[in-house]
Amino acid sequence: MREGKIAVVGDKDLILAFKAISMDVFCAEDKDEGEKVIRKLAKTYSVIFVTEDLAAQLDGLLCKYKTKAYPAIIPIPKSGKSNGYGMAGIKADVERAIGTDILFNKED
Amino acid sequence: MAGRLQVNPTRMELKRLKTRLKTAQRGHKLLKDKSDEMIRRFMEFAKENKSLREEVEKELSSALTTFVVAKAVSDEAAIQQAVAMPSKTVSLDMDSRNVMSVLVPVINIKESQSGETYPYAFSSVTAELDSSIEALNKILHKMVKLAEVEKTCNMLAIEIEKNRRRVNALEYVMIPQLEETIRFITMKLDENERSNIVRLVKVKSMIAEERG
Repeated sequence: MREGKIAVVGDKDLILAFKAISMDVFCAEDKDEGEKVIRKLAKTYSVIFVTEDLAAQLDGLLCKYKTKAYPAIIPIPKSGKSNGYGMAGIKADVERAIGTDILFNKED
Repeated sequence: MAGRLQVNPTRMELKRLKTRLKTAQRGHKLLKDKSDEMIRRFMEFAKENKSLREEVEKELSSALTTFVVAKAVSDEAAIQQAVAMPSKTVSLDMDSRNVMSVLVPVINIKESQSGETYPYAFSSVTAELDSSIEALNKILHKMVKLAEVEKTCNMLAIEIEKNRRRVNALEYVMIPQLEETIRFITMKLDENERSNIVRLVKVKSMIAEERG
């Protein structure tokens, strides 16, 4: 059964910070490890935050979880600047729905 | 283009096809309306998603940067010990909502605070950790909201794409095919009618000749 819990997946250093605000923290350094962890978490957690660089590697797997309401797997930036993976996701959604990206072009 | 269907050119078939065409046209109109409304809703969510993500990304990066600084200035073991037992527990209340017959998530956050915001002794760690944890606490709600909105966007985008395929299939394949077949049957039936009349006229003239 899915519980109302939040998980964070990413590399050990930064992820420690989320422990302080009572999210469950899982460490995954590379692609294979990340894939294994997310497959396991997807069964029980409802919201899973994944660091952007890891999410970019696991693109195929994350697409699978997009059609159902839960779990929501959301990319988050690491410290410093975001690499734009999360924004690219929104852009892809808009392109998929409208056919062309009208959200980002307008403001450029 | 779309060929006609393989059917017998009979009156019964014609009637059946006409009903099917009417249903297809009505379905097409309804799906098109649905598509318009879904796109309108989607744009609202997409805009919210974008601004929310911008905020979260900015705040989160800076909070995490502060955390890295905090880690650099104090002992790693001390930090681990400090964050090991968070003072509040967060759980989510999950529900779903129907947006244009897409079941999207609604997530509410439930917090239970026990004691202090900072679950450690101030003497063991530096002030950077305090500020980063305070910032993270603030972002928490926004992050959960982002999760909800982003998921809604994902699901609506997929649904809009599916719906568009259906509309196109009706508009460019099914409806032309039905129209083509209906035209074929009407022409065939008219042709039969004409040949029947010609035959009758011919027979009549033959009878008239015999008598005359």
